[in-house]
Amino acid sequence: MLTQRAKQVDRRPMTGLESIYLWNILKGMMITLSHLFKKKATIQYPEQKRTFSKVFRGLQVLNRDAEGRENCTACGLCAVACPAEAITMEAAERLSGEEHLYREEKYAVKYEINMLRCIFCGFCEDACPKDAIYLSQTFAPANYGRKGFIYKKEDLLIPHPIEQPEAYKKALGEKVVKADG
Amino acid sequence: MYLLALDWWLILEKCLLVAVVVALSFFIAMYTTYAERKVAAWLQDRRGPNRAGPFGIFQPLADGGKLFFKEEIIPLASSRFLFILGPSMAMLTALLTSAVIPWSTPMHLFGRNISMQIADINIGILYVFGVVSLGVYGILVGGWASNNKFSLLAAIRGASQMISYELAMGLALIAVLMMTGSLQMSVIVQNQVQHGWHIIYQPLGFVIFFVCALAECNRTPFDMAECENELNFGYHQEYSSMKLGFYLFAEYINMFISSAVMVTLFFGAYDIPFVNEASWGLNANWLAIIGFIVFLAKTFFFLFVFIWIRWTIPRFRYDQLMNLGWKKLIPLALANMIVTAVVMLLLKK
Repeated sequence: MLTQRAKQVDRRPMTGLESIYLWNILKGMMITLSHLFKKKATIQYPEQKRTFSKVFRGLQVLNRDAEGRENCTACGLCAVACPAEAITMEAAERLSGEEHLYREEKYAVKYEINMLRCIFCGFCEDACPKDAIYLSQTFAPANYGRKGFIYKKEDLLIPHPIEQPEAYKKALGEKVVKADG
Repeated sequence: MYLLALDWWLILEKCLLVAVVVALSFFIAMYTTYAERKVAAWLQDRRGPNRAGPFGIFQPLADGGKLFFKEEIIPLASSRFLFILGPSMAMLTALLTSAVIPWSTPMHLFGRNISMQIADINIGILYVFGVVSLGVYGILVGGWASNNKFSLLAAIRGASQMISYELAMGLALIAVLMMTGSLQMSVIVQNQVQHGWHIIYQPLGFVIFFVCALAECNRTPFDMAECENELNFGYHQEYSSMKLGFYLFAEYINMFISSAVMVTLFFGAYDIPFVNEASWGLNANWLAIIGFIVFLAKTFFFLFVFIWIRWTIPRFRYDQLMNLGWKKLIPLALANMIVTAVVMLLLKK
Protein backbone atom coordinates (compact mmCIF):
# COMPACT_ATOMS: atom_id res chain seq x y z
CA MET A 1 0.00 0.00 0.00
CA LEU A 2 2.74 2.43 -0.90
CA THR A 3 0.65 4.75 -3.01
CA GLN A 4 -2.72 4.31 -1.31
CA ARG A 5 -4.14 3.76 -4.77
CA ALA A 6 -4.51 -0.02 -4.61
CA LYS A 7 -8.15 -1.01 -4.65
CA GLN A 8 -9.46 -4.13 -3.02
CA VAL A 9 -11.23 -6.22 -5.66
CA ASP A 10 -14.69 -7.29 -4.63
CA ARG A 11 -14.62 -11.06 -4.89
CA ARG A 12 -17.88 -11.90 -3.20
CA PRO A 13 -19.92 -14.49 -5.11
CA MET A 14 -22.61 -13.04 -7.31
CA THR A 15 -26.05 -12.58 -5.83
CA GLY A 16 -29.06 -14.09 -7.54
CA LEU A 17 -29.91 -10.86 -9.35
CA GLU A 18 -26.34 -10.38 -10.49
CA SER A 19 -26.08 -13.92 -11.77
CA ILE A 20 -28.60 -13.31 -14.51
CA TYR A 21 -26.53 -10.25 -15.49
CA LEU A 22 -29.53 -8.29 -16.76
CA TRP A 23 -29.37 -5.30 -14.45
CA ASN A 24 -25.65 -4.76 -14.91
CA ILE A 25 -25.98 -5.18 -18.65
CA LEU A 26 -28.68 -2.50 -18.69
CA LYS A 27 -26.41 -0.16 -16.75
CA GLY A 28 -23.63 -0.76 -19.26
CA MET A 29 -25.96 -0.16 -22.16
CA MET A 30 -27.01 3.19 -20.73
CA ILE A 31 -23.35 4.21 -20.60
CA THR A 32 -22.79 3.34 -24.25
CA LEU A 33 -26.05 5.04 -25.20
CA SER A 34 -24.86 8.28 -23.63
CA HIS A 35 -21.83 8.12 -25.92
CA LEU A 36 -24.14 8.24 -28.92
CA PHE A 37 -24.68 11.93 -28.25
CA LYS A 38 -21.14 12.90 -27.33
CA LYS A 39 -18.76 14.90 -29.48
CA LYS A 40 -16.86 12.76 -31.95
CA ALA A 41 -13.11 12.60 -31.45
CA THR A 42 -12.36 12.04 -35.14
CA ILE A 43 -10.32 14.51 -37.17
CA GLN A 44 -11.32 14.03 -40.84
CA TYR A 45 -7.73 13.87 -42.00
CA PRO A 46 -7.27 15.04 -45.58
CA GLU A 47 -9.84 17.82 -45.17
CA GLN A 48 -9.15 18.68 -41.54
CA LYS A 49 -5.72 18.75 -40.05
CA ARG A 50 -4.62 18.75 -36.49
CA THR A 51 -2.98 22.04 -35.56
CA PHE A 52 0.53 21.46 -34.32
CA SER A 53 2.29 23.33 -31.57
CA LYS A 54 4.74 26.03 -32.59
CA VAL A 55 7.69 23.89 -31.56
CA PHE A 56 6.50 20.90 -33.61
CA ARG A 57 9.42 19.26 -35.38
CA GLY A 58 8.37 18.07 -38.82
CA LEU A 59 10.08 17.67 -42.19
CA GLN A 60 13.43 19.37 -42.67
CA VAL A 61 13.72 22.34 -45.00
CA LEU A 62 16.95 23.57 -46.58
CA ASN A 63 16.95 27.33 -46.26
CA ARG A 64 17.86 30.11 -48.67
CA ASP A 65 18.74 33.67 -47.83
CA ALA A 66 16.71 36.74 -48.85
CA GLU A 67 18.27 36.80 -52.34
CA GLY A 68 17.48 33.17 -52.90
CA ARG A 69 20.96 31.72 -52.41
CA GLU A 70 21.37 28.39 -50.64
CA ASN A 71 22.69 28.78 -47.13
CA CYS A 72 24.21 25.32 -46.84
CA THR A 73 27.99 25.07 -47.04
CA ALA A 74 28.11 21.28 -46.71
CA CYS A 75 30.16 21.50 -43.54
CA GLY A 76 28.68 18.20 -42.38
CA LEU A 77 27.96 19.28 -38.81
CA CYS A 78 24.31 18.23 -39.17
CA ALA A 79 25.35 14.78 -40.36
CA VAL A 80 27.70 14.47 -37.38
CA ALA A 81 25.04 15.65 -34.97
CA CYS A 82 22.41 13.31 -36.37
CA PRO A 83 21.89 10.45 -33.89
CA ALA A 84 20.06 8.36 -36.49
CA GLU A 85 22.68 8.89 -39.19
CA ALA A 86 20.00 9.90 -41.64
CA ILE A 87 21.87 12.70 -43.40
CA THR A 88 24.29 12.23 -46.30
CA MET A 89 25.90 14.99 -48.33
CA GLU A 90 28.55 15.70 -50.90
CA ALA A 91 30.35 19.05 -51.02
CA ALA A 92 31.57 20.97 -54.07
CA GLU A 93 33.31 24.26 -54.73
CA ARG A 94 31.34 27.17 -56.05
CA LEU A 95 32.53 28.18 -59.55
CA SER A 96 32.63 31.73 -60.76
CA GLY A 97 29.25 32.78 -62.13
CA GLU A 98 27.39 30.72 -59.50
CA GLU A 99 27.44 33.45 -56.86
CA HIS A 100 23.71 34.01 -57.26
CA LEU A 101 23.05 30.32 -56.45
CA TYR A 102 25.21 29.65 -53.39
CA ARG A 103 26.02 32.10 -50.69
CA GLU A 104 29.49 30.84 -49.78
CA GLU A 105 32.38 29.27 -51.67
CA LYS A 106 31.40 25.73 -50.77
CA TYR A 107 28.01 24.16 -51.24
CA ALA A 108 26.23 20.79 -51.14
CA VAL A 109 25.87 19.10 -54.55
CA LYS A 110 24.05 16.23 -52.96
CA TYR A 111 22.05 16.46 -49.77
CA GLU A 112 19.85 13.56 -48.72
CA ILE A 113 17.84 12.79 -45.61
CA ASN A 114 16.45 9.32 -45.14
CA MET A 115 13.06 9.97 -43.60
CA LEU A 116 12.77 6.34 -42.50
CA ARG A 117 15.82 6.83 -40.28
CA CYS A 118 15.16 10.38 -39.19
CA ILE A 119 13.72 10.67 -35.71
CA PHE A 120 12.88 14.40 -36.05
CA CYS A 121 14.93 15.32 -33.00
CA GLY A 122 16.01 18.65 -34.45
CA PHE A 123 19.71 18.21 -33.61
CA CYS A 124 20.58 19.11 -37.21
CA GLU A 125 18.87 22.45 -36.79
CA ASP A 126 20.78 23.07 -33.57
CA ALA A 127 24.08 22.03 -35.10
CA CYS A 128 23.84 24.19 -38.23
CA PRO A 129 26.05 27.29 -38.01
CA LYS A 130 24.57 28.80 -41.18
CA ASP A 131 20.84 28.60 -40.44
CA ALA A 132 20.63 26.34 -43.50
CA ILE A 133 18.39 23.62 -42.12
CA TYR A 134 15.34 23.78 -39.91
CA LEU A 135 12.39 21.58 -39.08
CA SER A 136 9.04 22.68 -40.51
CA GLN A 137 5.44 22.14 -39.47
CA THR A 138 4.67 19.36 -41.97
CA PHE A 139 5.35 15.66 -41.56
CA ALA A 140 6.56 13.14 -44.10
CA PRO A 141 3.66 11.97 -46.28
CA ALA A 142 3.02 8.29 -46.98
CA ASN A 143 4.83 6.61 -49.83
CA TYR A 144 4.64 3.35 -51.75
CA GLY A 145 8.34 2.46 -51.67
CA ARG A 146 11.34 2.87 -49.40
CA LYS A 147 13.11 4.91 -52.07
CA GLY A 148 10.43 7.55 -51.86
CA PHE A 149 11.41 8.26 -48.30
CA ILE A 150 14.94 9.32 -49.19
CA TYR A 151 14.46 13.03 -49.66
CA LYS A 152 16.84 14.65 -52.15
CA LYS A 153 18.03 18.21 -52.16
CA GLU A 154 15.25 19.23 -54.57
CA ASP A 155 12.65 17.88 -52.13
CA LEU A 156 14.15 19.65 -49.18
CA LEU A 157 15.02 23.08 -50.62
CA ILE A 158 12.70 25.91 -49.77
CA PRO A 159 11.10 27.67 -52.83
CA HIS A 160 12.97 30.66 -54.22
CA PRO A 161 11.97 33.81 -52.27
CA ILE A 162 12.04 36.12 -55.32
CA GLU A 163 10.79 33.79 -58.06
CA GLN A 164 8.09 32.07 -55.96
CA PRO A 165 7.45 34.46 -53.08
CA GLU A 166 4.12 32.94 -52.07
CA ALA A 167 5.37 29.37 -51.96
CA TYR A 168 8.42 30.59 -50.08
CA LYS A 169 6.30 32.31 -47.45
CA LYS A 170 4.14 29.24 -47.06
CA ALA A 171 7.15 26.95 -46.67
CA LEU A 172 8.78 29.32 -44.23
CA GLY A 173 5.77 29.15 -41.96
CA GLU A 174 6.38 30.50 -38.47
CA LYS A 175 10.14 30.48 -38.86
CA VAL A 176 11.82 33.75 -37.99
CA VAL A 177 14.29 34.91 -40.64
CA LYS A 178 17.48 36.18 -39.09
CA ALA A 179 18.87 39.27 -40.73
CA ASP A 180 22.55 38.28 -40.57
CA GLY A 181 22.08 34.62 -41.47
CA MET B 1 -57.43 -19.21 -64.33
CA TYR B 2 -57.87 -22.67 -62.96
CA LEU B 3 -55.69 -25.30 -64.54
CA LEU B 4 -55.18 -28.71 -63.01
CA ALA B 5 -57.53 -27.46 -60.32
CA LEU B 6 -54.79 -25.09 -59.14
CA ASP B 7 -55.20 -21.40 -58.52
CA TRP B 8 -52.30 -20.24 -60.66
CA TRP B 9 -52.76 -16.62 -59.65
CA LEU B 10 -52.16 -17.66 -56.07
CA ILE B 11 -48.91 -19.33 -57.03
CA LEU B 12 -47.81 -16.29 -59.02
CA GLU B 13 -48.76 -14.03 -56.14
CA LYS B 14 -46.82 -16.13 -53.63
CA CYS B 15 -43.79 -16.33 -55.92
CA LEU B 16 -43.78 -12.55 -56.21
CA LEU B 17 -44.10 -12.19 -52.48
CA VAL B 18 -41.22 -14.62 -51.92
CA ALA B 19 -39.05 -12.65 -54.33
CA VAL B 20 -39.90 -9.39 -52.62
CA VAL B 21 -39.28 -10.76 -49.13
CA VAL B 22 -35.95 -12.33 -50.10
CA ALA B 23 -34.82 -9.15 -51.84
CA LEU B 24 -35.93 -7.12 -48.86
CA SER B 25 -34.09 -9.40 -46.45
CA PHE B 26 -30.91 -9.02 -48.50
CA PHE B 27 -31.30 -5.30 -48.73
CA ILE B 28 -31.95 -4.85 -45.04
CA ALA B 29 -29.14 -7.24 -44.10
CA MET B 30 -26.84 -5.20 -46.33
CA TYR B 31 -27.72 -2.00 -44.59
CA THR B 32 -27.58 -3.65 -41.19
CA THR B 33 -23.87 -4.19 -41.80
CA TYR B 34 -23.63 -0.47 -42.49
CA ALA B 35 -25.72 0.34 -39.42
CA GLU B 36 -23.50 -1.94 -37.36
CA ARG B 37 -20.39 -0.07 -38.37
CA LYS B 38 -22.04 3.32 -37.91
CA VAL B 39 -23.55 2.55 -34.51
CA ALA B 40 -20.31 0.94 -33.36
CA ALA B 41 -18.50 4.10 -34.33
CA TRP B 42 -21.00 6.39 -32.64
CA LEU B 43 -20.91 4.40 -29.42
CA GLN B 44 -17.13 4.73 -29.45
CA ASP B 45 -17.14 8.47 -30.23
CA ARG B 46 -16.06 7.90 -33.82
CA ARG B 47 -17.79 8.68 -37.09
CA GLY B 48 -17.83 5.38 -38.93
CA PRO B 49 -17.68 4.84 -42.70
CA ASN B 50 -18.38 8.13 -44.47
CA ARG B 51 -16.27 8.10 -47.61
CA ALA B 52 -18.24 5.94 -50.08
CA GLY B 53 -21.06 8.19 -51.18
CA PRO B 54 -22.93 10.66 -48.97
CA PHE B 55 -22.62 9.54 -45.31
CA GLY B 56 -20.94 6.41 -46.64
CA ILE B 57 -24.18 4.83 -47.77
CA PHE B 58 -22.46 2.91 -50.57
CA GLN B 59 -20.14 1.24 -48.08
CA PRO B 60 -22.06 -2.09 -48.09
CA LEU B 61 -21.82 -2.20 -51.89
CA ALA B 62 -18.10 -1.65 -51.66
CA ASP B 63 -17.78 -4.36 -49.01
CA GLY B 64 -19.82 -6.80 -51.09
CA GLY B 65 -17.83 -5.99 -54.23
CA LYS B 66 -14.61 -6.57 -52.35
CA LEU B 67 -15.76 -9.99 -51.14
CA PHE B 68 -16.71 -11.01 -54.68
CA PHE B 69 -13.29 -10.13 -56.05
CA LYS B 70 -11.30 -11.80 -53.29
CA GLU B 71 -9.41 -14.96 -54.05
CA GLU B 72 -11.43 -18.08 -53.41
CA ILE B 73 -9.51 -20.58 -51.33
CA ILE B 74 -10.77 -24.09 -50.66
CA PRO B 75 -8.30 -25.94 -48.42
CA LEU B 76 -6.95 -29.16 -49.93
CA ALA B 77 -7.65 -31.13 -46.76
CA SER B 78 -11.24 -30.00 -46.56
CA SER B 79 -14.11 -32.09 -47.77
CA ARG B 80 -15.07 -30.04 -50.76
CA PHE B 81 -18.77 -30.77 -51.05
CA LEU B 82 -19.52 -30.06 -47.41
CA PHE B 83 -17.25 -27.04 -47.49
CA ILE B 84 -19.46 -25.47 -50.12
CA LEU B 85 -22.65 -26.79 -48.54
CA GLY B 86 -21.93 -25.08 -45.20
CA PRO B 87 -22.38 -21.43 -46.17
CA SER B 88 -25.18 -22.31 -48.58
CA MET B 89 -27.12 -23.95 -45.76
CA ALA B 90 -26.46 -21.06 -43.42
CA MET B 91 -27.89 -18.67 -45.99
CA LEU B 92 -30.81 -20.92 -46.93
CA THR B 93 -32.00 -21.48 -43.37
CA ALA B 94 -31.60 -17.80 -42.61
CA LEU B 95 -33.93 -16.92 -45.49
CA LEU B 96 -36.44 -19.75 -44.93
CA THR B 97 -37.72 -18.40 -41.63
CA SER B 98 -39.20 -15.33 -43.25
CA ALA B 99 -41.94 -17.46 -44.85
CA VAL B 100 -44.29 -17.38 -41.88
CA ILE B 101 -43.90 -13.78 -40.80
CA PRO B 102 -47.07 -11.70 -41.24
CA TRP B 103 -45.62 -8.54 -42.74
CA SER B 104 -48.87 -6.63 -42.85
CA THR B 105 -52.64 -6.75 -43.21
CA PRO B 106 -53.97 -8.19 -46.47
CA MET B 107 -53.99 -6.02 -49.58
CA HIS B 108 -56.86 -5.83 -52.03
CA LEU B 109 -55.56 -5.77 -55.57
CA PHE B 110 -57.08 -6.84 -58.92
CA GLY B 111 -60.18 -8.11 -57.19
CA ARG B 112 -58.22 -10.45 -54.96
CA ASN B 113 -57.37 -10.43 -51.30
CA ILE B 114 -53.62 -10.79 -51.17
CA SER B 115 -52.20 -11.92 -47.86
CA MET B 116 -48.92 -10.25 -46.88
CA GLN B 117 -47.68 -13.49 -45.38
CA ILE B 118 -46.06 -16.07 -47.59
CA ALA B 119 -47.45 -19.08 -45.77
CA ASP B 120 -49.97 -18.79 -42.97
CA ILE B 121 -49.51 -22.35 -41.83
CA ASN B 122 -51.18 -23.52 -38.64
CA ILE B 123 -47.84 -24.63 -37.16
CA GLY B 124 -46.15 -21.27 -37.76
CA ILE B 125 -44.02 -21.18 -34.64
CA LEU B 126 -43.05 -24.83 -34.88
CA TYR B 127 -41.87 -24.08 -38.41
CA VAL B 128 -39.73 -21.20 -37.14
CA PHE B 129 -38.19 -23.45 -34.50
CA GLY B 130 -37.62 -26.22 -37.01
CA VAL B 131 -35.79 -23.97 -39.43
CA VAL B 132 -33.81 -22.26 -36.68
CA SER B 133 -32.62 -25.67 -35.49
CA LEU B 134 -31.51 -26.47 -39.04
CA GLY B 135 -29.42 -23.31 -38.85
CA VAL B 136 -27.03 -25.21 -36.59
CA TYR B 137 -26.03 -27.35 -39.55
CA GLY B 138 -24.67 -24.39 -41.49
CA ILE B 139 -22.18 -23.74 -38.71
CA LEU B 140 -21.52 -27.36 -37.87
CA VAL B 141 -21.00 -28.53 -41.44
CA GLY B 142 -18.83 -25.55 -42.31
CA GLY B 143 -16.68 -25.95 -39.21
CA TRP B 144 -16.28 -29.66 -39.67
CA ALA B 145 -15.57 -29.56 -43.39
CA SER B 146 -12.79 -26.99 -42.88
CA ASN B 147 -10.64 -29.71 -41.32
CA ASN B 148 -9.22 -27.25 -38.84
CA LYS B 149 -9.11 -27.72 -35.08
CA PHE B 150 -10.25 -24.21 -34.29
CA SER B 151 -13.10 -24.34 -36.76
CA LEU B 152 -14.27 -27.65 -35.39
CA LEU B 153 -14.08 -26.45 -31.78
CA ALA B 154 -16.02 -23.33 -32.67
CA ALA B 155 -18.60 -25.34 -34.58
CA ILE B 156 -19.14 -27.68 -31.65
CA ARG B 157 -19.45 -24.77 -29.27
CA GLY B 158 -21.88 -23.04 -31.59
CA ALA B 159 -23.99 -26.14 -31.97
CA SER B 160 -24.19 -26.92 -28.26
CA GLN B 161 -24.96 -23.29 -27.48
CA MET B 162 -27.77 -23.14 -30.01
CA ILE B 163 -29.29 -26.39 -28.83
CA SER B 164 -29.14 -25.29 -25.17
CA TYR B 165 -30.72 -21.93 -25.78
CA GLU B 166 -33.43 -23.32 -28.03
CA LEU B 167 -34.86 -25.07 -24.96
CA ALA B 168 -35.25 -21.90 -22.94
CA MET B 169 -36.56 -20.13 -26.02
CA GLY B 170 -39.24 -22.73 -26.57
CA LEU B 171 -40.24 -22.73 -22.91
CA ALA B 172 -40.52 -18.95 -22.90
CA LEU B 173 -42.77 -19.17 -25.94
CA ILE B 174 -45.08 -21.79 -24.49
CA ALA B 175 -46.53 -19.14 -22.18
CA VAL B 176 -47.41 -17.04 -25.23
CA LEU B 177 -48.90 -20.04 -26.97
CA MET B 178 -51.03 -20.84 -23.93
CA MET B 179 -52.47 -17.34 -24.07
CA THR B 180 -53.33 -17.49 -27.76
CA GLY B 181 -54.12 -21.18 -27.99
CA SER B 182 -52.67 -21.41 -31.46
CA LEU B 183 -49.36 -21.84 -33.22
CA GLN B 184 -50.54 -19.88 -36.22
CA MET B 185 -48.77 -16.55 -36.62
CA SER B 186 -51.82 -14.67 -37.89
CA VAL B 187 -53.90 -15.82 -34.91
CA ILE B 188 -51.17 -14.74 -32.52
CA VAL B 189 -51.11 -11.31 -34.13
CA GLN B 190 -54.90 -11.00 -34.09
CA ASN B 191 -54.92 -11.92 -30.40
CA GLN B 192 -52.51 -9.06 -29.74
CA VAL B 193 -54.50 -6.59 -31.81
CA GLN B 194 -57.59 -7.40 -29.75
CA HIS B 195 -56.21 -7.87 -26.25
CA GLY B 196 -53.01 -5.83 -26.23
CA TRP B 197 -49.45 -6.85 -27.00
CA HIS B 198 -47.97 -9.92 -25.40
CA ILE B 199 -45.11 -7.88 -23.96
CA ILE B 200 -47.62 -6.51 -21.42
CA TYR B 201 -48.55 -9.99 -20.22
CA GLN B 202 -45.23 -11.73 -20.77
CA PRO B 203 -42.36 -9.31 -20.03
CA LEU B 204 -40.21 -12.05 -18.50
CA GLY B 205 -41.02 -14.35 -21.39
CA PHE B 206 -39.88 -11.67 -23.78
CA VAL B 207 -36.60 -11.06 -21.97
CA ILE B 208 -35.83 -14.78 -22.00
CA PHE B 209 -36.80 -15.00 -25.65
CA PHE B 210 -34.62 -12.03 -26.49
CA VAL B 211 -31.57 -13.42 -24.69
CA CYS B 212 -32.04 -16.74 -26.44
CA ALA B 213 -32.44 -14.99 -29.78
CA LEU B 214 -29.05 -13.36 -29.22
CA ALA B 215 -27.59 -16.80 -28.62
CA GLU B 216 -29.35 -18.29 -31.64
CA CYS B 217 -27.99 -15.58 -33.91
CA ASN B 218 -24.48 -16.07 -32.52
CA ARG B 219 -24.38 -12.44 -31.53
CA THR B 220 -22.31 -10.93 -28.76
CA PRO B 221 -22.34 -11.62 -25.83
CA PHE B 222 -22.91 -15.18 -27.04
CA ASP B 223 -20.70 -15.24 -30.14
CA MET B 224 -18.94 -18.36 -28.94
CA ALA B 225 -18.77 -19.74 -32.45
CA GLU B 226 -16.49 -17.00 -33.68
CA CYS B 227 -14.60 -15.75 -30.67
CA GLU B 228 -11.50 -14.29 -32.21
CA ASN B 229 -9.26 -14.33 -29.19
CA GLU B 230 -9.37 -18.03 -28.41
CA LEU B 231 -10.52 -19.69 -31.64
CA ASN B 232 -8.86 -17.37 -34.15
CA PHE B 233 -11.96 -16.71 -36.16
CA GLY B 234 -14.26 -19.57 -35.35
CA TYR B 235 -16.08 -21.80 -37.74
CA HIS B 236 -15.48 -19.65 -40.83
CA GLN B 237 -11.75 -19.36 -40.39
CA GLU B 238 -10.90 -21.29 -43.55
CA TYR B 239 -13.47 -19.50 -45.64
CA SER B 240 -12.67 -16.72 -48.02
CA SER B 241 -14.31 -14.65 -50.71
CA MET B 242 -18.09 -14.77 -51.01
CA LYS B 243 -18.41 -17.99 -48.99
CA LEU B 244 -17.23 -16.04 -46.00
CA GLY B 245 -19.55 -13.30 -47.16
CA PHE B 246 -22.45 -15.75 -47.08
CA TYR B 247 -21.72 -16.69 -43.49
CA LEU B 248 -21.44 -13.08 -42.38
CA PHE B 249 -24.49 -12.11 -44.38
CA ALA B 250 -26.55 -15.00 -43.06
CA GLU B 251 -25.86 -13.70 -39.56
CA TYR B 252 -27.39 -10.35 -40.44
CA ILE B 253 -30.38 -11.92 -42.15
CA ASN B 254 -30.86 -14.05 -39.04
CA MET B 255 -30.80 -10.90 -36.96
CA PHE B 256 -33.40 -9.27 -39.16
CA ILE B 257 -35.67 -12.29 -39.17
CA SER B 258 -35.40 -12.92 -35.46
CA SER B 259 -36.21 -9.26 -34.82
CA ALA B 260 -39.24 -9.73 -37.06
CA VAL B 261 -40.26 -12.86 -35.13
CA MET B 262 -39.93 -10.98 -31.84
CA VAL B 263 -42.05 -8.14 -33.17
CA THR B 264 -44.67 -10.63 -34.35
CA LEU B 265 -44.81 -12.60 -31.13
CA PHE B 266 -44.50 -9.88 -28.52
CA PHE B 267 -44.98 -6.46 -30.09
CA GLY B 268 -48.15 -6.86 -32.09
CA ALA B 269 -46.52 -7.14 -35.53
CA TYR B 270 -48.11 -4.45 -37.75
CA ASP B 271 -50.42 -3.15 -35.00
CA ILE B 272 -50.17 0.52 -34.06
CA PRO B 273 -50.66 0.87 -30.31
CA PHE B 274 -53.47 2.99 -28.80
CA VAL B 275 -55.28 3.59 -32.09
CA ASN B 276 -57.80 1.67 -34.10
CA GLU B 277 -56.54 1.85 -37.67
CA ALA B 278 -59.74 0.37 -39.07
CA SER B 279 -61.71 3.43 -37.92
CA TRP B 280 -59.65 5.77 -40.12
CA GLY B 281 -61.76 4.76 -43.11
CA LEU B 282 -58.66 4.27 -45.24
CA ASN B 283 -58.36 1.98 -48.20
CA ALA B 284 -57.19 -1.54 -47.28
CA ASN B 285 -54.09 -1.09 -49.42
CA TRP B 286 -53.04 2.05 -47.59
CA LEU B 287 -53.61 0.34 -44.27
CA ALA B 288 -51.43 -2.53 -45.44
CA ILE B 289 -48.64 -0.15 -46.41
CA ILE B 290 -48.86 1.73 -43.11
CA GLY B 291 -48.88 -1.57 -41.26
CA PHE B 292 -45.80 -2.71 -43.14
CA ILE B 293 -43.94 0.48 -42.29
CA VAL B 294 -44.88 0.11 -38.63
CA PHE B 295 -43.69 -3.49 -38.70
CA LEU B 296 -40.36 -2.47 -40.21
CA ALA B 297 -39.94 0.37 -37.72
CA LYS B 298 -40.36 -2.02 -34.82
CA THR B 299 -37.98 -4.49 -36.44
CA PHE B 300 -35.34 -1.81 -36.97
CA PHE B 301 -35.56 -0.89 -33.32
CA PHE B 302 -34.67 -4.45 -32.37
CA LEU B 303 -31.87 -4.52 -34.91
CA PHE B 304 -30.53 -1.42 -33.20
CA VAL B 305 -30.77 -3.12 -29.80
CA PHE B 306 -28.87 -6.13 -31.20
CA ILE B 307 -26.09 -3.84 -32.38
CA TRP B 308 -26.18 -1.75 -29.24
CA ILE B 309 -25.70 -4.86 -27.10
CA ARG B 310 -22.85 -6.08 -29.26
CA TRP B 311 -20.87 -2.90 -28.77
CA THR B 312 -21.54 -2.76 -25.04
CA ILE B 313 -20.97 -6.18 -23.56
CA PRO B 314 -17.90 -8.38 -23.77
CA ARG B 315 -18.27 -12.05 -24.65
CA PHE B 316 -19.31 -14.52 -21.96
CA ARG B 317 -16.98 -17.31 -21.02
CA TYR B 318 -18.19 -20.67 -22.25
CA ASP B 319 -19.03 -22.02 -18.79
CA GLN B 320 -20.87 -18.81 -17.91
CA LEU B 321 -22.85 -19.18 -21.10
CA MET B 322 -23.86 -22.72 -20.30
CA ASN B 323 -24.66 -21.85 -16.67
CA LEU B 324 -26.84 -18.99 -17.75
CA GLY B 325 -28.65 -21.11 -20.29
CA TRP B 326 -29.28 -24.24 -18.26
CA LYS B 327 -29.32 -23.06 -14.66
CA LYS B 328 -30.90 -19.63 -14.97
CA LEU B 329 -32.93 -19.21 -18.13
CA ILE B 330 -34.60 -22.62 -18.25
CA PRO B 331 -35.83 -22.53 -14.62
CA LEU B 332 -36.98 -18.93 -15.13
CA ALA B 333 -38.84 -19.89 -18.29
CA LEU B 334 -40.43 -22.85 -16.54
CA ALA B 335 -41.53 -20.67 -13.62
CA ASN B 336 -42.92 -18.14 -16.06
CA MET B 337 -44.85 -20.88 -17.80
CA ILE B 338 -46.32 -22.24 -14.56
CA VAL B 339 -47.29 -18.80 -13.25
CA THR B 340 -49.00 -18.02 -16.55
CA ALA B 341 -50.87 -21.31 -16.41
CA VAL B 342 -52.04 -20.74 -12.82
CA VAL B 343 -53.16 -17.17 -13.50
CA MET B 344 -55.03 -18.27 -16.60
CA LEU B 345 -56.79 -21.02 -14.69
CA LEU B 346 -57.79 -18.67 -11.87
CA LEU B 347 -59.08 -16.01 -14.23
CA LYS B 348 -61.17 -18.48 -16.19
CA LYS B 349 -62.90 -19.72 -13.01
